[in-house]
Amino acid sequence: MTAPAYNFAYLDEQTKRMIRRAILKAIAIPGYQVPFASREMPMPYGWGTGGVQVTASILGPDDTLKVIDQGSDDTTNAVSIRKFFTKTANVRTTTATIEATVIQTRHRVPETPLSEEQVLVYQVPIPEPLRFLEPRETETRRMHALSEYGLMHVKLYEDIARHGHIATAYAYPVQVDDRYVMDPSPIPKFDNPKLDDCPALQLFGAGREKRIYAIPPYTRVVSLDFEDHPFEAYRHDAACELCGASDSFLDEVITDDDGNRMFVCSDTDYCEQRRALGHGPYNAAPADPQGSSHTGASPTEPA
Amino acid sequence: MTTPDTDTPLLIAKGLTKYYGRQLGCRDASFELYEGEVMAVVGESGSGKSTLLQLLSTQIEPSSGSVTYRMRDGSLADLWRMSEPARRFLLRTDWGYVHQDPQLGLRMGVSAGGNVGERLMAVGARNYQDIRATATDWLGRVEIPHDRIDDTPRSYSGGMRQRLQIARNLVTAPRLIFMDEPTGGLDVSVQARLLDLLRRIVAEMRIAAIVVTHDLAVARLLSNRIMVMKGGEVIEAGLTDQVLDDPHQPYTQLLVSSILPA
Amino acid sequence: MPALELSDVSKTFTMHLQGGLRLPVLRDVSFVAERGQCIALTGPSGAGKSSILKLIFGNYKCDAGRILVSADDKTVDIANASPRAILAVRQRALGYVTQFLRAVPRVSALDIVAEPLIVKGVARDDATARAAMMLRRFNVPERLWSLPPATFSGGEQQRINLARGLLPKHPILLLDEPTASLDAHNRAVVVDIVRERKRQGAAIVAIVHDDAVREAVADISVDVMHFAIAA
Repeated sequence: MTAPAYNFAYLDEQTKRMIRRAILKAIAIPGYQVPFASREMPMPYGWGTGGVQVTASILGPDDTLKVIDQGSDDTTNAVSIRKFFTKTANVRTTTATIEATVIQTRHRVPETPLSEEQVLVYQVPIPEPLRFLEPRETETRRMHALSEYGLMHVKLYEDIARHGHIATAYAYPVQVDDRYVMDPSPIPKFDNPKLDDCPALQLFGAGREKRIYAIPPYTRVVSLDFEDHPFEAYRHDAACELCGASDSFLDEVITDDDGNRMFVCSDTDYCEQRRALGHGPYNAAPADPQGSSHTGASPTEPA
Repeated sequence: MTTPDTDTPLLIAKGLTKYYGRQLGCRDASFELYEGEVMAVVGESGSGKSTLLQLLSTQIEPSSGSVTYRMRDGSLADLWRMSEPARRFLLRTDWGYVHQDPQLGLRMGVSAGGNVGERLMAVGARNYQDIRATATDWLGRVEIPHDRIDDTPRSYSGGMRQRLQIARNLVTAPRLIFMDEPTGGLDVSVQARLLDLLRRIVAEMRIAAIVVTHDLAVARLLSNRIMVMKGGEVIEAGLTDQVLDDPHQPYTQLLVSSILPA
Repeated sequence: MPALELSDVSKTFTMHLQGGLRLPVLRDVSFVAERGQCIALTGPSGAGKSSILKLIFGNYKCDAGRILVSADDKTVDIANASPRAILAVRQRALGYVTQFLRAVPRVSALDIVAEPLIVKGVARDDATARAAMMLRRFNVPERLWSLPPATFSGGEQQRINLARGLLPKHPILLLDEPTASLDAHNRAVVVDIVRERKRQGAAIVAIVHDDAVREAVADISVDVMHFAIAA
């Protein structure tokens, strides 16, 4: 079999330049949705075609790529995209957050704090946060242009009216740099605080809807709320049953047909790193005070 | 009981003209509207009354002529020289617009409370309890039971939808409200209730209103002043009871004489 | 300055639907009503008595002449005033009472009577209390006060309308057959109130067919036939 002659990272250079221009504009106007000429990718919409195009445009031969889906490195989606870039760009891949220079993600922000050396690329299904209440694109664009964001609070009002509290748990709207209201993609709202003042560049790609937006490093990102119903980052009130972490976002896993379940870290890398450091289910108390707080940053820090 | 500034008009229209290509929509409409005045614009379909309403409410730009509005700070602003954000801000705070079809004026998928609260949130209200309390109060004022506050207007009758639309518009205490056939498409008994409600609220809040209607009974009940339009032009204007009881123009006489006796 | 002065007022109706037929009704109407004076307009039906009241109230448009209304040191020519000025005069100074009530759906009798006072700026409680007194004076049963009058008998509606029209102490009062078809008691009530208003300085122009009532209230009679145009 002869391998087809792909350009580096699949996309041709012209396309990458077009996408990079969109990315630069997005960085210049934090939170603003920049239209771009999204290409057909060799995967279906909904599988991260927007994120893949952004990743393809910023990837260089020296980069180390990590791909996660719902926090996990080994789901079909994550594995396929990792393979895709191994094949088309021949870049190094990793599952360790600290080793990666580019992290493409679907629906999670890694637990390990990110650094200035890293770029986080989000896959975005629906970039327009106002669409839920105002389906006319002409109108939502005007609302963004004029900062008319009362409608966004109507959505939160509806939540409280129906559920007694802000029940939006995913894709919780944020205001970026005190200007644009933005959909952070369907990450759990637990992750929202990580967007604020983040050292890493955050890029968002929506392939079907042909939009790219960005949060530059160290940008103020505020989750919308009411005075009497302030934003709260929700997590299950439990510790990970594998690594004992009580600060990570947990997945609820059904373990058998009798309805038994367990809570485990959604971020598989974080969980593995902790276990490698000796944390375990019965070890949740900080027996080793250095362990948990150091999992992230130090190895990448320049000396 | 005199309020300050009542000697300056709230709205001044000068020579408002609109052509759609070569087709005349409205020609040379001029008038002054004062605080608390209710003016009816009557005429048949195609007479230009809807065009006039859209020109006044800045939904379409006039081919020539101007609309001047006295802002809350007393300054006079030429609406077409204002920036778009300022104009839109005006529209959702100091103005109201009641559509004939409540589906155009409401968010059908949002609860009644959210519909009423939107204008408050748009001007920065961020306290849920306060917003809800105000919305509850307004639903009461338009005679919608409090226990319907979390229902969407989809589950409302036509009359209730129209009353909800009115509450949604009035919650920011606007000084001017535009109404396009506000009772069109409603049953007669429902119409009467709505008219009475509008009449009362407009009088109590001293809101100025411009009401487009083809129904002279609506004009008589709601308005103090009236403009009769035909073929894009205002052909007769004055006190509502004077124009309806002593019409001068042939067309106005025809209109008045066409009403079935009650 | 008299409270009310009409000079050379003329009115012609043009019936466009009848081929532009011109129907002259009044020519050169001139008279004066001083404060505390009641003018009775007399003349046969169709002579234009009601038209004169409607011209003064601004309900008909005046073709020629002047209609000067003076109150609170302000004089307005109704014949040439803007709609806004006419509305202001009506609210402040001009009362117009007919025997017919224009019922508003869903508004109670008490509120209908109190409304002109509220429009003038009287506090709602005060206005309602005074409206109640007036309804009592006209013998409107208290059980009806809270109901909208649309379903009331003709006589009850008429009394409610009189209570409404006579309640505000306007400096100028126009009465169009207020006592027609009233019983003796209520006729006496109307006569009492009109005299009261005269004592308080109101200028009154009235159309009254009942000779006894007219004698009881009118100071001067003006025969409208002087101004009528022979058909």
